[in-house]
Amino acid sequence: MSATPHPYMANSVAEIKQEMLDAIGSESIDELFAQIPARHRLRGPLELPPALVAEVELSRHLRDALARNETCEENLSFLGAGCWQHHVPAVCDEVVRRSEFVTPVWGTPASDYGRNQVWFEFCSQLGELLELDFVGLPVYSWGCAAGHAIRMASRLTGRQRVLVPRTLGPERLAVIRTFCEPTATTSHIEVALVDYDSATGFLDLDDLDTKLDGDVAAVYVETPTYLGQIEAGIAEAFDLAHEHGAEAIAGVDPISLGILSAPGAYGADIAVGSVQPLGVHMSCGGGVGGFIASRDEERYAREYPTLNLSLTDTIFPGERGYTIALFQQTSYGSREEGNDWTGNSTYLWSIAAAAYMSLLGPQGFYELGELIVQRSHYAASLLDELDGVRVLWPQGFFKEFVVTFERASVADVNRSLRGHGIFGGKDLSGAFPELGQSALYCVTEVHTAADVERLARAVAEVLA
Amino acid sequence: MTELRRYHAAVWDEPLVMELSREGRRGLVFPAAEPEVEQRVGDPRSLVPASVRRAEPPALPELSEPDVLRHYLHLSQETLGMMGISLFGTCTMKYNPRLGEALTARPELAELHPDQDEETLQGVLELVHGLDRILCSLSGMDRFVFQAGGGAHAAYTFACVARAWLGEHGELGKRDEVITTIQAHPCNAATAAAAGFKVVTLMLGDDGYPPVEALRAAVSDRTAALMVNNPDDMGIYNPHIDEWVEIIHDAGGLCFYDHANFNGVMGKVRARDLGFDACMYMLHKTFGAPKGGGGPAVGAFGCTRELEPYLPAPVVVQRGDRFVLDHDRPRSVGKVREFWGNVPQVVKAYAWSRAMGADGIHEASDLSVLANNYMERRLLEIPGIERSNPQVDAPRLEMTRYGFGKLQQETGIGVVDVANRLADFGIDGPWLSHEPWLVPEPITPEAGEMWSKEDLDYWVDALAEVVREAYEEPELVRTAPHNQVVHKLADRSVDDPEIWATTWRAYLRKHRSAATA
Repeated sequence: MSATPHPYMANSVAEIKQEMLDAIGSESIDELFAQIPARHRLRGPLELPPALVAEVELSRHLRDALARNETCEENLSFLGAGCWQHHVPAVCDEVVRRSEFVTPVWGTPASDYGRNQVWFEFCSQLGELLELDFVGLPVYSWGCAAGHAIRMASRLTGRQRVLVPRTLGPERLAVIRTFCEPTATTSHIEVALVDYDSATGFLDLDDLDTKLDGDVAAVYVETPTYLGQIEAGIAEAFDLAHEHGAEAIAGVDPISLGILSAPGAYGADIAVGSVQPLGVHMSCGGGVGGFIASRDEERYAREYPTLNLSLTDTIFPGERGYTIALFQQTSYGSREEGNDWTGNSTYLWSIAAAAYMSLLGPQGFYELGELIVQRSHYAASLLDELDGVRVLWPQGFFKEFVVTFERASVADVNRSLRGHGIFGGKDLSGAFPELGQSALYCVTEVHTAADVERLARAVAEVLA
Repeated sequence: MTELRRYHAAVWDEPLVMELSREGRRGLVFPAAEPEVEQRVGDPRSLVPASVRRAEPPALPELSEPDVLRHYLHLSQETLGMMGISLFGTCTMKYNPRLGEALTARPELAELHPDQDEETLQGVLELVHGLDRILCSLSGMDRFVFQAGGGAHAAYTFACVARAWLGEHGELGKRDEVITTIQAHPCNAATAAAAGFKVVTLMLGDDGYPPVEALRAAVSDRTAALMVNNPDDMGIYNPHIDEWVEIIHDAGGLCFYDHANFNGVMGKVRARDLGFDACMYMLHKTFGAPKGGGGPAVGAFGCTRELEPYLPAPVVVQRGDRFVLDHDRPRSVGKVREFWGNVPQVVKAYAWSRAMGADGIHEASDLSVLANNYMERRLLEIPGIERSNPQVDAPRLEMTRYGFGKLQQETGIGVVDVANRLADFGIDGPWLSHEPWLVPEPITPEAGEMWSKEDLDYWVDALAEVVREAYEEPELVRTAPHNQVVHKLADRSVDDPEIWATTWRAYLRKHRSAATA
């Protein structure tokens, strides 16, 4: 037992422990572990690094470690690829750091009321952006949301093949493959890639048509794509999917929806995407979160693996309350018979996102979308002019675009750019070898024209 | 008996944010693009083809910045959680040191991108690796990864690792059964099924856990793995667990220890010493990271050297005095989630572990078991409450499941009513039980090491008061809560497509008359 009471543990005072032991008539705490056979008990000391009980020491230790990181704030970063640097409004930080939201787990409908209302406002506002009426509580990430949605479609159709775009990023594709299971399991879902048009980056609708048949459970299409293009043929792709009885699943970046059509408007049955752009810091990838939404039809609602929060009434006339709808279909309600599984997710980020969507409103999303699309095209235009640099698809993208280096490797360029305090775009040469030495550059509202000009000068210099 | 507080929740009668909207108000504005940008790229509308342009603006609310702030602050105040006392069993409600919150909010963590060059991430990689080493000491395992976004996701990670291991041994598809118990968390059964396995569930015997013979009868050449908690949510420890592991190994399967209930045995038992191949800790429960109302969470997944090649990539490893993200793992299961985990939570758990140290961690498991037994002594003096598995008379570990079946029979008041009434005293609803409810009217408080003796006494005293009310003035409990943000929910199922509304637009469509009343 520690001699000094520990600040995190109110009962770590010798006298208090003795009072509690006296109350239960035990001689020692060790007696209370009588259920555990002696042969199971750890013998010998627990080998851990020395304790840093004093906050002043622990804080110093952690700050010293964190100081060895280099951030996207002190450097100029053009990394995106599924985790994007957007402006996080101060109000989002203030709200999401409230102890009442940070620390709870689950209480009663009345004592959780405020938090539940925020969750409902998250789902409601996202539903407006998506033009879809049914929105589940969040899941771990965009990739996990896509994986769950594909499994929903497979259960709905009884089919075991999904068509996904070849432009899908390696992270999301790997997650989807995991969710679709290896070939040796009977519930395996085959993941087939649909080509893209190398001239435009858009989905190759002929290839889609060729690959579509009565065995396809779903067609999954993203817009913007992982490689940045606003998918021009998404409505047509979904029409084709429906002609073959397949479900149409859209993957979207919600921050684009002030200016881009909503999934509900172009025939998506299910939409998935990321929560992170909506007021959540990147935090080394720890900011990601995903959502699943659909038309509010029973056949879809019954396949959700998420918890689904519904507005309802209390016993008091005119008063609102919130409850979980369709609980029985979750793994909490039905164990292995439930839809996939349900557990802790990224619910705190839905609170940041709710505040974010309220702050922006329709005009904020519109302004933001226009600003991003202008600044990113400005960057693409400046880079495309440089000797030895080509922007693969100079039009039709939202915030990310592919930059090809004709005479240098991305790795070398990025290494040199770091000397200029710049983090270059994500290296695509491993995942997309057909694109040569290409990188995915991300430009958002945080990048000024001057930042973009600085990037262009630095690239010119490192290539010279 | 302590005097119960005259608590009342904040009542703001707060409208939905959509109802606070007034056309034209702005909460956040963005600048126009610079003239040089405008000049070069032209009208933004020309950059987005008309066919994919949004036709109608989204019907989002329009509010000023302070109004958004005040709205969400009101809603935070209408959330009880750990502002009062929450003994939510199986979730280990403990202190979430605010140092962790403060440090992970700094740009040195918050403004990192996971695809940055490793050279620019040495600090965070060192902390992630540091927690890996700490968890290996606590479990005896050889490597931990943090990609899983919760405990259930770590169970899923195990099922994926088991698939890969079976695949390499040519047994995937042949060994297709995962064995679990009815008391194991439902996520074990569910994730095994979602990974493509059939689930075999063992029922409990007289001792509160399934008998060894039941396991022997269940194993076969189709057994892929065992997925099990120990102790279970009753606070009962299966003393034959090492024998179970041997039986599964002899049958050719793998063993996964769901260490959701680690708090009572931290520093006391190690998964590897009991023979397990893999285990899982929840950093948002046992290791001091906050719960966020349901994440971002981390299911830290650890395994032996034999299973290490199958771990999801990347894995943080030390090479000399540098830390690297090892992506080159050809036998890996791939990924269960994008990037490498909820990194801030990992850093918070590292900070908590260092603040505690070996002595502190021992002390925490000691105190959580002491506190549970202290509470149990007092709780069993309350009429109408009974301990689950009464024949198991050894002290329980960090929690005990009780039943209010007798109270329900004698007064008509069940656990849901009790939970609603406890909220009137500033006590958030305790955990009841996972499905199925083997114990009638179950309730599962877990004291943990944070709550003071005074808090525990208050909790028991409040419960005793609610039980007294149940016997003497049951209507007061049946109609509770009375001092809360809102009243109890109407007794009406929403599992009807005409009724449920997960969004405001759905609610308006289905219940417009109620919405405008």
